[in-house]
Amino acid sequence: MIPERWINWAVLAALIAVPLWALLADAPFTITLTTRVVILAIAAVGLNIALGIGGLVSLGHAVFFGIGGYAMGILASHAQTYVPLELFGMSIEGTKSMPIIWLTATLLSALIAYLIGLLVLRTSGVYFIMITLAFGQMFYYFAISWAAYGGEDGLSIYVRNEFPGLNTLVPIQFYGLCLSILVCVLFLKARLVASPFGLVLNAARQSSVRVETVGLNPARIKLLAFVISGAITGLAGALFADLNRFVSPQMFSWQLSGELIVFIIIGGVGRLMGPVIGAAVFVLLEHWLGGLTEFWQICLGAILLGIVLFARGGVVGLLTGKEGAHV
Amino acid sequence: MSILLIVEQVLNGLQFGVMLFLMAAGLTLIFGVMGLINLAHGSLYMVGAFAAAAVAGLTGSFLLALMAALAAAALVGALVEMVVIRRLYRSAHLDQVLATFALILIFSEGTRWLFGSFPLYLDIPEALSGPVTLPGGIQYPLYRLTLIAVGLIVALGLWWLIERTRIGIQIRAGKNDREMIAALGVDISKLYTVIFALGAALAGLAGALVGAIQSVQVGMGEPVLILAFVVIVIGGIGSIKGAFIGAILVGLTDTLGGIFLPALFKLFMDPSTASQSGSALASMLIYILMSLVLIWRPTGLFGVRG
Repeated sequence: MIPERWINWAVLAALIAVPLWALLADAPFTITLTTRVVILAIAAVGLNIALGIGGLVSLGHAVFFGIGGYAMGILASHAQTYVPLELFGMSIEGTKSMPIIWLTATLLSALIAYLIGLLVLRTSGVYFIMITLAFGQMFYYFAISWAAYGGEDGLSIYVRNEFPGLNTLVPIQFYGLCLSILVCVLFLKARLVASPFGLVLNAARQSSVRVETVGLNPARIKLLAFVISGAITGLAGALFADLNRFVSPQMFSWQLSGELIVFIIIGGVGRLMGPVIGAAVFVLLEHWLGGLTEFWQICLGAILLGIVLFARGGVVGLLTGKEGAHV
Repeated sequence: MSILLIVEQVLNGLQFGVMLFLMAAGLTLIFGVMGLINLAHGSLYMVGAFAAAAVAGLTGSFLLALMAALAAAALVGALVEMVVIRRLYRSAHLDQVLATFALILIFSEGTRWLFGSFPLYLDIPEALSGPVTLPGGIQYPLYRLTLIAVGLIVALGLWWLIERTRIGIQIRAGKNDREMIAALGVDISKLYTVIFALGAALAGLAGALVGAIQSVQVGMGEPVLILAFVVIVIGGIGSIKGAFIGAILVGLTDTLGGIFLPALFKLFMDPSTASQSGSALASMLIYILMSLVLIWRPTGLFGVRG
């Protein structure tokens, strides 16, 4: 069977080779599709920190994806109309600069993740799943009723935001940016898993009581993991909004939260490249099956059931021949 | 703000609440006894609504439509339990979430394939349409009043079933110790199928009843499912009493908040800002209620501690 390390490098090689091929073959749509894969993968890698290592089954991670998206949408729309954003008596200029938007999206998602985490981490198990789902719905309805930023119709941004030294309107350059972020995030995840923090988090998933017995505070560790996880998913949301140049309440939808978990499971829980492979499989299925039949989600549902019931290690599990889903 | 409006809105809230209870009761029963989180419960709500709309369209009889909704949802529920859900009782919650998420995809797209994307309409029966005059001269739609009555009757029936019948004893025993009652000769897998079908039938009934005042369409179940989760979290997982009180609380909070918050905000804001921020806050109100309950009692009002 194939060692996991080889799979990781192969996935990375494919993420570099496919768009380059598309560039040579003049197939910009393939680049856009791959960009979508990469951005969704970033979001799922973020979720995987909470879910894969920490065992926190969050069914509301679309909250952070949406927060990131709206952070971008709001800043860029104020830059677009030259009307400053009035907040707590301060007057904030909008911006089209990606680094500032990313920073805002990440910090804001982290803050929201902290506040939600304080509440939801008081519970565990099924309560945790239901409550994260409920918070997702709360943000969804809030975004719908928030008429100042488009309400149900969402917000369009006419021109993609700028990054110093690059022309982000060229698909391959924007792709390069997204891929670099994915690589950074994957590197961070790999380092986290091996760090003392990651080890304690892993232990807290298996037994909170034992972690407490050795004098560590599992609640604080889990909260930190939830915050990091939310922040990364928020960053992905900002990128996703920039890819589509559009933000809508749909970014908060419970389906999206479910899909993020689906990516992780298709790939393999707790695997470094699991979310990337899962996102790729999902987007390709959506593209190919969606082209064949309008009802492709029936096939997706059947595949998903098959994975849960029979192939529990996901794609990486199948390739490595090891079900051992955890770190 | 007249007293008439308040009474009307309280009744609306009650009606919403009892329908939520029909959903939440099945969910909390299934979780309490089998330890299963079932995201596909919303699909059973949808199945009930579609079965009712189809049968009403063919026969024109609302009563037959309701029977069809109950039967279809119970049948589909029993089938799903035997084919898929049964394999999940010992699985991690994550697997249950995913498998039932997969079921939602299959049910939603399957229904779209069968019935198309356009919403169906289910008419209120002739005998129940039109308003009725309540004491005090309040006009209120008879159909909604009937929904409240049906919800309360079902709640009473469930209480009787669980507290006073043999199967109720088995359900309560199953909650406490499944190995023990299996050892006492109860066919546990049959019991689980029956409970699942019962929960499904309640969801299907709610779908059909609500389908007559809203449209019947694909995806109608999930928003209700999530509200039912909020209800269960507030009431405490596994508690039917908690589900009932939680459902009424959520129904009243959501309905009254949507009406009175914007009005309240108008007292100290200009009208357009007031109606905007009022309705934005109102849409978050039940989740705020849920958070408060969680801070106070992390396992819900009637949940088992620890």
